[in-house]
Amino acid sequence: MVEPIKPPRRKNPLLRTRLPASPPRARSRTSHGYTRGAAEGRFLLQRCEACGAFAYPAREACPSCLSFGLSFVDAPRRGTLLCETTARVPSDVYFRERTPWRIGLVKMDCGPTIVTHLHADCVEGAPIRMSFQLDKSGQAVAFAHPEGETPNMADDKQWREMTADPKFRRVLVTNGRSVIGQEAVAALKGAGAKTVFVGIAEPWRPFAGEKLLRGQDGIEIVTLDAADEKSTADLAADIGGKVDILINTTEYVRPGGLLDRRGTSIARDEIDQAYLGFINLAQAFGPAVRMRGADGVNNSVAWVNILSVYALANWPAFGAYSASQAACLSLSHCLRAELRPGGVRVLNLFTGPVDTEWFQTVPPPKVAPRAIAQAIVSGLRGGLEEMYVGDVAEEIRQRLAANPKALERELDR
Amino acid sequence: MQSNNLLELAGAISSGAVRVVDLTFTLSPDFPVIVLPPEFGQAAPVRIQEISRYDGRGPAWYWNNITFGEHTGTHFDAPIHWFTGKNLPNNAVDTMPAKDMIAPACVIDCSAQAAQDPDFLLTVPLVEAWEAKHGRIPDRNWVLLRTDWSKKGWRDYANLGDDGAHTPGPNAAVMKWLVEERGVIGFGNETIGTDAGQAGHFEPPYPAHHFLHGAGRYGLQCLCNLDQLPATGAIIVASPLKIQNGSGSPLRVIALVSST
Repeated sequence: MVEPIKPPRRKNPLLRTRLPASPPRARSRTSHGYTRGAAEGRFLLQRCEACGAFAYPAREACPSCLSFGLSFVDAPRRGTLLCETTARVPSDVYFRERTPWRIGLVKMDCGPTIVTHLHADCVEGAPIRMSFQLDKSGQAVAFAHPEGETPNMADDKQWREMTADPKFRRVLVTNGRSVIGQEAVAALKGAGAKTVFVGIAEPWRPFAGEKLLRGQDGIEIVTLDAADEKSTADLAADIGGKVDILINTTEYVRPGGLLDRRGTSIARDEIDQAYLGFINLAQAFGPAVRMRGADGVNNSVAWVNILSVYALANWPAFGAYSASQAACLSLSHCLRAELRPGGVRVLNLFTGPVDTEWFQTVPPPKVAPRAIAQAIVSGLRGGLEEMYVGDVAEEIRQRLAANPKALERELDR
Repeated sequence: MQSNNLLELAGAISSGAVRVVDLTFTLSPDFPVIVLPPEFGQAAPVRIQEISRYDGRGPAWYWNNITFGEHTGTHFDAPIHWFTGKNLPNNAVDTMPAKDMIAPACVIDCSAQAAQDPDFLLTVPLVEAWEAKHGRIPDRNWVLLRTDWSKKGWRDYANLGDDGAHTPGPNAAVMKWLVEERGVIGFGNETIGTDAGQAGHFEPPYPAHHFLHGAGRYGLQCLCNLDQLPATGAIIVASPLKIQNGSGSPLRVIALVSST
């Protein structure tokens, strides 16, 4: 039974803020098959192509038939907790600071036995549900959950190390002018965020939905033009130490590629808003976010980017926009590496065309802004790193994996 | 003017007998810019990016890179800005005569009317009434419309509704009249643009731009401190950046005002 976490008290200014420590990082290259699955919330295990046996931990050859044909596939998650133990004085700094820490041995219904972190409500002999999660070092670890829902299960201490739940945390939504931004604000408030700071650039320009934002408790409108270095730095000076989750809702969509546009001023705006905006946010907020990775119940935990799936493959109808998104995708990987010492996750949501004004003439299916907002919350709660929101995003990704050249030709229409 | 007169002027400025009034807003990223429908090209906002500030990037010096559109902040409009002035000679900020950068100003105070009506328009009868009091507007003078609009907060200053901006300016008839009948060198406004906020619906649209630039005259906008100027007698110094074939530029506008 998990005690519900309490809203954190204000910090004691006489105490030093604890610096984040990382659990062990070393993994074999093959083991990153689990990382790939954990990043998306999939439970991948190796399975022998010859004899069909599941294997764990990661191996180069099948332990049953010695075949080399082992590939990672989605595996059944059910198992039984054989036994458990509690680590009380580990030598590793990260775990030492978090004792007591429960681990156990799970016999999977599909065969292998897995050493795993345990949710507090997992009981010896009882059925459990397994997942792979990204821990604070960004590596996949096995995690056993009770089979069904239990009270306050998301508040489990060990589980919260694997997630970025908005509950009681303070969130910055960088652009509250957009529908996506406003839906994100509502979803995060609904998920129990203590405060949602909502960035508004050029506050002298009125915008739809402003009244609603201003009228709500726990929502603070702040001036933020992420494309502007000084505006971003000024806001970070004010609230940089209170941003536990940053949601980059920058949205600058313009149609057109290369030849049918004149000049570079639109491309410059795209770079300004998306790419330089990303850099400004990272430079202004990143250092404090990284430093506060172990700062109590409302420690900093996540950075969310909403990217076009056409960051992965250029869509010429929105060609220059696709390129700006590709640049941001690349930056997100850099940011992920740089935030790693803080244990802060970078969640990328890939979307197809969104049901907003700039995709007006694009035929459906389009992603509803609300679906993106809901995905943000579920991604944070699940501790994910990659999400594909909507059918188009998922389809583009599959087609890219199947044949990048075919996708290139198909998008050229 | 004899050179000793110029030295007298310098002495008067130094002693305060001639006041120097700064009519310029600080060029900053948060100052409102002209709003056009998003499908049009947009003025790049003011951006200030630090190169170094006595740090590892340059230990002994502080400097910035700046970017902005030609029509941001307190700025100057050259005739080439508008289609009506596109074929005139010397119509850009780099080729315009330098002597046009210094000229006297007539300041028409309509702050009371503008306080009542954000869509207040300057008309010919209002200027004629002003002339009855202060004399005929001399040739090659600036006409500056004082509305005290520059004293507002940014949101009220831009005053954007769902039907566009609502800010005061001249009507079409007075612009044609000032250019053709009074030979003004230019027109200056406190708002974003020489034209009124709703001037896109006038006939012709944007008459200040249309008539001023069509006749090779100039515009000044986003002016402040017009309340510190006398109705007549102030000398305006408005020298835009010498941008190659530039249509305008942010600039420092100052006024020389006799204290006596």
